[in-house]
Amino acid sequence: MKRFVYINDDESPTQELYCDNRISNRKYTLLNFLPKNLWEQFSRFMNQYFLLIACLQLWSLITPVNPASTWGPLIFIFAVSATKEAWDDYNRYLSDKKANEKEVWVVRKGIKKHIQAQDIHVGNIVWLRENDEVPCDLVLIGTSDPQGLCYVETAALDGETDLKTRVIPSACMGIDSELLHKIKGVVECPNPDKDIRRFDANLRLFPPFIDNDVCPLTIKNTILQSCYLRNTEWVCGVAVYTGNETKLGMSRGVPEPKLTAMDAMIDKLTGAIFVFQIVVVIVLGIAGNVWKDTEARKKWYVLYPNEGPWYELLVIPLRFELLCSIMIPISIKVSLDLVKSLYAKFIDWDAEMIDYETGCPSHATNTAISEDLGQVEYILTDKTGTLTENKMVFRRCCISGIFYGNESGNALKDAQLLNAVASGSTDVIRFLTVMAICNTVIPVQSKTGAILYKAQSQDEDALVQAAAKLHMVLFNRSGNILETRYNASVFHYEVLETLEFTSDRKRMSVVVRDCQNGKIILLSKGADEAILPYAAAGQQTRTFSEAVEQYAQLGLRTLCLAWRELKEDEYHEWYLMFREASSTLVDREWRIAEVCQRLEHDLEVLGVTAIEDRLQDGVPETIETLRKAGINFWMLTGDKQNTAIQIALSCNFISPEPKGQLLLIDGKTEDEVSRSFERVLLTMRITTSEPKDVAFVVDGWALEILLKHYRKAFTELAILSRTAICCRVTPSQKAQLVELLKSCDYRTLAIGDGGNDVRMIQQAAIGVGISGREGLQAARAADYSIGKFRFLKRLILVHGRYSYNRTAFLSQYSFYKSLLICFIQIFFSFISGVSGTSLFNSVSLMAYNVFYTSIPVLVSVLDKDLSEEMVMQHPQILFYCQAGRLLNPSTFAGWFGRSLFHAIVVFIISINAYAYEKSEMEEVAMMALSGCIWLQAFVVTLETNSFTILQHLAIWGNLIAFYVINWIVSSIPSSGMYTIMFRLCRQPTYWITVFLIVAAGMGPILALKYFRYTYRPSKINTLQQAERLGGPILSLGNIEPQPRSLEKEVSPLSITQPKNRSLVYEPLLSDSPNTRRSLGSGTPFDFFQSQSRSSSSSYSRNCKDN
Amino acid sequence: MDVDGGSTSSDSTRVRSIPIHSGQCKAFLSQFKQQSLPACKPVLTPAWVIATLLLLGFVFIPIGLVTLHASRGVLEIVDRYDADCVPEEFKGNKASYIKDTSVPKNCTRILKVHKYMKAPIYIYYQLDNYYQNHRRYVKSRSDQQLLHGLKYNDTSSCKPEESNNGLPVVPCGLIAWSLFNDTYTFIRGTAELRVNRKNIAWKSDRDHKFGKHVYPFNFQNGTLIGGGKLDPNIPLGDQEDLIVWMRTSALPSFRKIYGRIEEDLEADDVIVVHLMNNYNTYSFGGKKKLVISTSSWLGGRNDFLGVAYIFVGSSAIILSLVFLLLHVKNPRPYGDTAYLSWNRKGISS
Repeated sequence: MKRFVYINDDESPTQELYCDNRISNRKYTLLNFLPKNLWEQFSRFMNQYFLLIACLQLWSLITPVNPASTWGPLIFIFAVSATKEAWDDYNRYLSDKKANEKEVWVVRKGIKKHIQAQDIHVGNIVWLRENDEVPCDLVLIGTSDPQGLCYVETAALDGETDLKTRVIPSACMGIDSELLHKIKGVVECPNPDKDIRRFDANLRLFPPFIDNDVCPLTIKNTILQSCYLRNTEWVCGVAVYTGNETKLGMSRGVPEPKLTAMDAMIDKLTGAIFVFQIVVVIVLGIAGNVWKDTEARKKWYVLYPNEGPWYELLVIPLRFELLCSIMIPISIKVSLDLVKSLYAKFIDWDAEMIDYETGCPSHATNTAISEDLGQVEYILTDKTGTLTENKMVFRRCCISGIFYGNESGNALKDAQLLNAVASGSTDVIRFLTVMAICNTVIPVQSKTGAILYKAQSQDEDALVQAAAKLHMVLFNRSGNILETRYNASVFHYEVLETLEFTSDRKRMSVVVRDCQNGKIILLSKGADEAILPYAAAGQQTRTFSEAVEQYAQLGLRTLCLAWRELKEDEYHEWYLMFREASSTLVDREWRIAEVCQRLEHDLEVLGVTAIEDRLQDGVPETIETLRKAGINFWMLTGDKQNTAIQIALSCNFISPEPKGQLLLIDGKTEDEVSRSFERVLLTMRITTSEPKDVAFVVDGWALEILLKHYRKAFTELAILSRTAICCRVTPSQKAQLVELLKSCDYRTLAIGDGGNDVRMIQQAAIGVGISGREGLQAARAADYSIGKFRFLKRLILVHGRYSYNRTAFLSQYSFYKSLLICFIQIFFSFISGVSGTSLFNSVSLMAYNVFYTSIPVLVSVLDKDLSEEMVMQHPQILFYCQAGRLLNPSTFAGWFGRSLFHAIVVFIISINAYAYEKSEMEEVAMMALSGCIWLQAFVVTLETNSFTILQHLAIWGNLIAFYVINWIVSSIPSSGMYTIMFRLCRQPTYWITVFLIVAAGMGPILALKYFRYTYRPSKINTLQQAERLGGPILSLGNIEPQPRSLEKEVSPLSITQPKNRSLVYEPLLSDSPNTRRSLGSGTPFDFFQSQSRSSSSSYSRNCKDN
Repeated sequence: MDVDGGSTSSDSTRVRSIPIHSGQCKAFLSQFKQQSLPACKPVLTPAWVIATLLLLGFVFIPIGLVTLHASRGVLEIVDRYDADCVPEEFKGNKASYIKDTSVPKNCTRILKVHKYMKAPIYIYYQLDNYYQNHRRYVKSRSDQQLLHGLKYNDTSSCKPEESNNGLPVVPCGLIAWSLFNDTYTFIRGTAELRVNRKNIAWKSDRDHKFGKHVYPFNFQNGTLIGGGKLDPNIPLGDQEDLIVWMRTSALPSFRKIYGRIEEDLEADDVIVVHLMNNYNTYSFGGKKKLVISTSSWLGGRNDFLGVAYIFVGSSAIILSLVFLLLHVKNPRPYGDTAYLSWNRKGISS
């Protein structure tokens, strides 16, 4: 499973082995387009069904109508989807072509040549200049920088806009740039994969570039396809992965299409109709054969042969099958695709969802799942960057037991700290040094002389900025040398090794050599549980853990800083191990972590920093509104438990005592965890009947145990609990939780902003990404990307809800109109000797489904049952969507009944009004068709809640178009219905009959609707009445927006808390001291209680089955 | 539905203030994109619904009365003759009577005019239990051949009557083959009533559907004789009985025009009809009727529309009264959000 890349070896067989650098994102080629596309389309059941019907229609013995009536729409529908595919593919082809034909400098036969990017082979040496786009994955071998550094922008790859440093492998260090194109060697690297953070390979150069050692390569030594080279004059590198085998190419995959709950329901209903159709066909088929044998043989004018062919018995059932095939509307797929893409466009266009800070509009990447937004039941949210702004500000710190910044809330203005800095206290200086250099921040000197920091992590940025404000300025990083300035003196440090941050280790360290005294120092920073246990034996860490606790109470992010002086030989010994670990190809990450562990112990803890991450605007209101809407929130965060709880409190996630209750699941051993879990589950079972907000809190470690051993019970807990806080969870645990909820048939929405949320986002039914500071990775993987968390409210309540309502109407209406015409055909068969005659002619049948009835209903995409403001005020109304109240078998039965009723009305009235001498077939058919068209226009009118000009145009314009089209057809002498429509329109009887059909068809429906609207109103109706008649809109649901920020209200409260912790965590149940914990002493949170007491809490969780 | 000013959305008022001149289209587009097009939002208020139903009733009942009156004004004489025209000896086996060519088929019926009938008076023959809409039957024709005659060869659609003795049949198909061939002559007193049998078929059919130069060919020459024969010297475009017959009926009971009497018939006139009872409806139990009818602006006598209108109209009025009573006895404050209890059980019940 390895590939060996021979550098610069034109004769090497590897050149043939691996693909060239031609990028192809195309799905089709010119030749295979038609078969492949058709194959794809026909892999859908609906299309197979329609094709079968269309083929059956070619058999003229059984076809009741011209085959064109099915082939026409079928071909039209296929052409539409094929054209869309072809257009997309053509655009992909154009962009591929542009990338493929870009000219690059490549070494060929020892000479630099200008060739097209698509001709690069694995092993070629590629030269790039500043601002060039990288054409394939390269291993660096040289740069213009004497230190062997270069800078790349990886925005296209992971969305992170900061510059990343890349460095040439140590083996290539110092090779003269003139000799680079003669370099020979072999790169041993794994087969292509899509992990853009890993590249575990080795490099061995051949003589004369003697370096017999295997030189380990990491992702740091590569530049990947689609990155841009910045701030570096030139680089050159060896192509290791090319074409579609690059890291980017491998990660490009066609995501599995998501199916909305609604689609599933529509499929189910389609299946039901299909079964109904089969039953009808069988019944009518048998009846037809019986009638044929008993009656039709007597009718001499039909001239039935006495002996029919063997398939005679099948003929009539098959005819009915064809006649009834219109029951399943062929246009529904196209209509749905069309309106769905319009829903998505509405999201893209929505001016109220533009993030004006960044000018970033919302975007629906997945255009097919808008209805699911309206049916969300669980929202799983990340914390950092999603609920919070991810704008880190250094607020407080605790240095060797002294708390700074507690009074002012800003350590940078704390006079005590400033004094300590000015006096040059050793602890403080060390603390600041760690802040300034234990990171991967790149300082960039701007033209004005100010120093800008390019940081990959917001925390590091905040720390470096804060250190700079406290006079410890990191001002230069060139190669391994770091320069800091403290007051007037400049310090130099040589970075020997960087022990990178991983989510498992939860800390990062750097090993530096102080250039002044040559001492080697280990500087670490990390989460408290990753630092404090490794403190030197004698050190008191109590104050620090208290500090951490206190800061977490305030919702601040804490980091512990530590350092240790290393002995020279200790370092060297360790360095060898580290080298070895970092050149392994298998489990490198794990091995490195293990080796790092050997260095990071006996630390001298310097202090604790507290960084504030402000809540985004509107987060509490959004969460409160959505919770009222019956959506359950789970918070999945990598942060500390206390921080998470505090944030959860401040953004209405959980209610404080006495309304809310927090149940903690924790424990140090598996047994403890399981015991505490059982208690929580028991409490949860008891309290579900009480109007209380109960939430459980679990951390990553306990979660792992629960998911492993108590999955079933945990699922029960998940169902019982409306709210959960999971802290310290890893990305894969997040995804597991989504999976868990999905397995209980809940519709989940995952929202996050960072790379660690990607898996959760992809796993959830709906993934929403916040295009935030952590890059675009989440936004790219997501179905929807929004700029701020608060837009989620609008996305769900406005767009999701409207989409659901509209699709519910559109799909049921599609079935209604198809059933309507089909029922008429069935009724007609009763008076035509059950022989399968079609009442309507082929043109009318075709046009009925494709034109007459499709256009009016398409404008239902503009329908709004309630205004946006009303929905926002009464978010509970979302329940109708969540529970699928508008599209389910019973509403469908209503539409089914309506179409049956209308078919009876149209049929009875048509055949009675046009009896005797008027009973000419074409006239009766057009009469019945006009009846259907008029009825459907009025049905759309009655079901439309708000009429814009477009709706009027479509409904009434369609009616006019019906007459115009039929007049045109009627004026063609060769058509079957020549002069029919003119003849009908001149007859008073026709118009009288039409009005009779409309009145008889719509009267009962209007009366029924009015009755229900007035005497059995749904909540939607009541709100409609309130909205439209300007009634008193006072209700329980009114929310006073209550802007609150951590700063103002929470902090003064919490300051006092650490002193009397027993008050805060007062056990409520004496028998289970560990289980039930309450939060907040009550009084400071009074504002929580004044509102919405009755609203959200009384939902019972098992409403799903009702 | 109630559309008062206050019920239009607040967006619309905001939007209206946009100057109309330059960017009307643009404004419309942006409203569309923001889904904020001015919209009227109707409400089903009691007043509106009750008024609509009342109005419906008060419009429909008069129309129904007028329609019914027009229909009742049409006088028609219907005479079923298929059973009575069978001689006594064949009563037991009517089918053999009709198939026996040697038995004379003429028959005399006496019709009494009860009321004065004003010309034009239409003569129809009515067939019951006759499935002209049977799929096998209705498909068995060739419109192209009817128009182009022998020049058009593809008559596969005419099966099973597309050819005979190896020669094509014009007009082909079951419909033409089963042409109705009873004939009627009418005598009032002593004189024969003049029956106009021209212009009974649709002009469009005569001109555009049936060829002016297409003559019947090889028609009814087979072993199986269906219905009537055609004069091979008259082009199809002038064979109006055929054209009328070929306009198939959608119902198993239908009337087709036979001709027009262009004189008034006085009350108590006695009309003697001499008819040739040729057409076989006996084998399948069909009925044949002769209908003499005047016409109104609605066509023939058909009470259905009038009755249905009166029924729908009165139902609407009754319904509106019921709703009115309900509303008066049990007035519902509209849009009272106090009714909203956001209890899930409440919603779901």
